[in-house]
Amino acid sequence: MEEYLIEARGLSKTYGNLKAVDDLTISIRKGEIFGFLGPNGAGKTTTILMFLGLTEPTQGMVRVCGFDPVKNPLNVKRRTGYLPEHLGFYEDMTARQNLLYVARLNGISEEEATSRIERALEEVGLEEVADRRVSTFSKGMRQRLGIAEVLIKEPELVLLDEPTIGLDPESTIHMLEMVRSLSRDRGMTVFLSSHLLDQVQRISDRVGIMIKGRLVAEGPIEELAKRKLGVEREDYTLEEIYLKFFREA
Amino acid sequence: MSGIAPIFRKEMEDHFTSVRFVLITALILMVGIIITSMVGMGLRSELEGYSKPPFVFLLLFTATGRFFSFAQFIGFFGPLMGIILGFDSINRERIGRTLTKLLSQPIYRDSVINAKFLSGIGIIGIILLGMILLICGLSFILVGVVPGGSEIMRLFLYFVITLVYVSFWLSVSILFSIIFRSTATSALASLALWIFFSFFLGIGGSFIADALAPLKEGSTVDPAVLLRHERIQRIVSFFSPISVYTDTTSILLDPLRKTTKGIVLMGPLERLSISRFQGPLPVLDSLLIVLPHVVSLVALTLVCFAICYFVFMRQEIRSA
Repeated sequence: MEEYLIEARGLSKTYGNLKAVDDLTISIRKGEIFGFLGPNGAGKTTTILMFLGLTEPTQGMVRVCGFDPVKNPLNVKRRTGYLPEHLGFYEDMTARQNLLYVARLNGISEEEATSRIERALEEVGLEEVADRRVSTFSKGMRQRLGIAEVLIKEPELVLLDEPTIGLDPESTIHMLEMVRSLSRDRGMTVFLSSHLLDQVQRISDRVGIMIKGRLVAEGPIEELAKRKLGVEREDYTLEEIYLKFFREA
Repeated sequence: MSGIAPIFRKEMEDHFTSVRFVLITALILMVGIIITSMVGMGLRSELEGYSKPPFVFLLLFTATGRFFSFAQFIGFFGPLMGIILGFDSINRERIGRTLTKLLSQPIYRDSVINAKFLSGIGIIGIILLGMILLICGLSFILVGVVPGGSEIMRLFLYFVITLVYVSFWLSVSILFSIIFRSTATSALASLALWIFFSFFLGIGGSFIADALAPLKEGSTVDPAVLLRHERIQRIVSFFSPISVYTDTTSILLDPLRKTTKGIVLMGPLERLSISRFQGPLPVLDSLLIVLPHVVSLVALTLVCFAICYFVFMRQEIRSA
């Protein structure tokens, strides 16, 4: 029996006439890195917000970490780390204070919080600027602080919304390394939304392609390549597959 | 309630370290000390050689020295205090994109708004209590009077009602900070409401009263028309929390006042009873006179907070 951390069935969200997410059925296995692809406005963020119980689905059901996010949001949020696309920090607080606040909100004891914050800062490489105000941070540092915020929760599931957008190449590589280590070294399940295809290809075990609110394809990249591009080809890129789906949709 | 404590703690820290907290405290402190000193010194010179009348202590709050009394000042400035503390409480988090972060932590959504409201009340309480105690201290020095038991009771009631009154304005400004995405808009909307209630409702009241029960100039005024005129004005003023509050505190702080009405028609019997019973009212009786006012003030605050709560719980939190 495989264990699923996210199970969605017929999940839909409509804003007025707009179907942001249309009949999404998806299962995410424990421990995998799932790349969630799609152009801007395809409904990726809405999907993630529904997983967290921050937006109520219009239709369908979803279970995250075994709980229903609509009825039991606290249990889901306790086990889930979320890195939003647009990160927000309290600008006039230091990095450490920001992390401490998150730790307190999670009900982590002060003692435990201090050691977790120390470890997380070290892991993302921010220990030297930990006592500087966040307002002085660059985009890359903010992103790393966001990851640290996820780490101190020690979640089972990590939802990353466009984690590499707007980063320089070096920070991007660093970011992807961190994401990979979340899964490989810590056994966390990673659900990653992005429209930067080569990056997703580099780290994902499986991908899903979302276009105009509908999930048009889902599976390991090789499998999708076989289905879409023909069996013989070996030098496929995710971009080719994606564009093919995109033109058909 | 999961999450109230850490948010409350952070909000208190934010308030205490903020410039605006320092500014409003300094302003209230300054004006309070000036008013009290002026009133206190005036009282001392007037009372020279006389034995001290009862309730002289409360005069420090109600006597209008050269400008206005402390109670009037708080009635006027209290709303501004609530507005300053609350006008950006939710939309600041929305603009900083910290609201999504906050709500993706394992806390109840209402903890956010409850904690913000409570921390605002906490700050207001600290400022007010500090101010009242300071005035008490000044009264020892300047006038040499010590408050008696009933005066302390009255001051305590005054403190509680002022807290409710300022909390009403706090909840108004929090409501606007939920509705409007921009902090400037929510601040201006709160201020507009404050100005409307402070100035225009009074003008509107006399306008309506003039229209419905015109007082002819020059001729002798018919008492019935005068009473009707007064009553209409009062009914309109009841829509304003400011005049409800002013009525309440003026009764509570002055044991000799027996009605909130401006004009009382007296027959010979009433005149006799008034002249016979000049004594001060017990605290409880003063409270009974203004009980409807108190109830409506509390109800207004609760209703306003309930609307905040309802709107916030149903709002989409999407940052985009």
